[in-house]
Amino acid sequence: MDAISQWRKQWFDYIQYLRQEKGFLDDQFVQLKKLQDENSPDFVVEVISLFFQDSEKLLNNMANSFEQEVVDFKQIDAHVHQFKGSSASIGAMRIKNVCVTFKNYCEAQNMDGCLRCLQQLQQECSVLKNKLEKLLNLERQILAAGGSIPVLE
Amino acid sequence: MESGSASSSSKALMENIVDQPHVLAVDDNVIDRKLVEKLLKNSSCKVTTAENGTRALEFLGLGDHRHNSLEGNVSKVNLIITDYCMPGMTGYDLLKKIKESSVMKEVPVVIMSSENVPTRINKCLEEGAQMFMIKPLKQSDIKRLRCHLMNSRT
Repeated sequence: MDAISQWRKQWFDYIQYLRQEKGFLDDQFVQLKKLQDENSPDFVVEVISLFFQDSEKLLNNMANSFEQEVVDFKQIDAHVHQFKGSSASIGAMRIKNVCVTFKNYCEAQNMDGCLRCLQQLQQECSVLKNKLEKLLNLERQILAAGGSIPVLE
Repeated sequence: MESGSASSSSKALMENIVDQPHVLAVDDNVIDRKLVEKLLKNSSCKVTTAENGTRALEFLGLGDHRHNSLEGNVSKVNLIITDYCMPGMTGYDLLKKIKESSVMKEVPVVIMSSENVPTRINKCLEEGAQMFMIKPLKQSDIKRLRCHLMNSRT
C-alpha cells in the first residue's frame, strides 16, 4: 500500500473511531463535510475554528456567571442553549449531550450539577479540539501528497 | 397558505424564486448563520444574514427609522428564513411584524428551530409561516424548501 492509501485508510479508521466507537461525532459532521466544495475548500476548517472560538467565549461567560454573588441561572441557560445549538450543528455529539444535561440542571437551579457540567464541557471541548486537529492534519497530509479525502456516506 | 388572486408582486416573487432567490437568513448563532448561508448558496440563492430580528427588520426597511421604498411595493427579498429562539425578538415576533407589513406580508417566511414542539410549530403556521424546519438543516431540507415554495404559488 502506498503512503496515500495508507493515510486514507488511517483517516477512514479514525473517523469510524470518532463516530462509532467513541461518539465524539455524529451524522451531522458528515453533513457538514458534504457542504464543502470547490467554491469553499476551507469551509469545514472555518466552521470548526469558529466553533472553538465561540465555545471559548461561551465557557468563559458561563464561568464568570458562576462567580457572581447571585448566580443568574437563566443567563447561564441562554449560554448553554447557544452551545447546544452550535455543537449540534457541527455534529459534536458528546458536547451536545452534556449541554442537554446542563440545561436541566440550570432549570433546577442545581449549582453542583451545573458546575460539574461546566467542567465536563471544558474537558470535552479540549479533547474534541485535539481529535479534530489530528483529523484535519491527516487531511492536509493526504491533499499535500496529491491524494483525495475519502467521501463519507 | 394564502388565498386570493395573485398580485403582480406575487408573480414577481414566483419568477424570482425560480432563478436566484434572495434570501434573508436570521439567526443569533454565528455557526448556524454560516451553515444556513452555505446551504442556501449551494442551492443558488443570494444570501443576506442578520443576527437578530431588529437587524432583519432594518434590512427589510421595516425598522424604527422606517423609509418608504421608492421602487414601489416589490420586496428586496424572496424568502425569509429565521430561527425561532432568539433573545429579544423571537422568530415568531419577527414573523408577526412581517405579516403586519403591507410590503412584506407576501414574502414567505420559514421558521427553524432545534426543538420539535408541536404547539410552537402550529402557532407559527397559524401566524402565516410557510414552513417550519428542524435544525440542524441539511441540503435536502433546502431542496425541499425550494420545491415547496415553487409549488405553493397558484
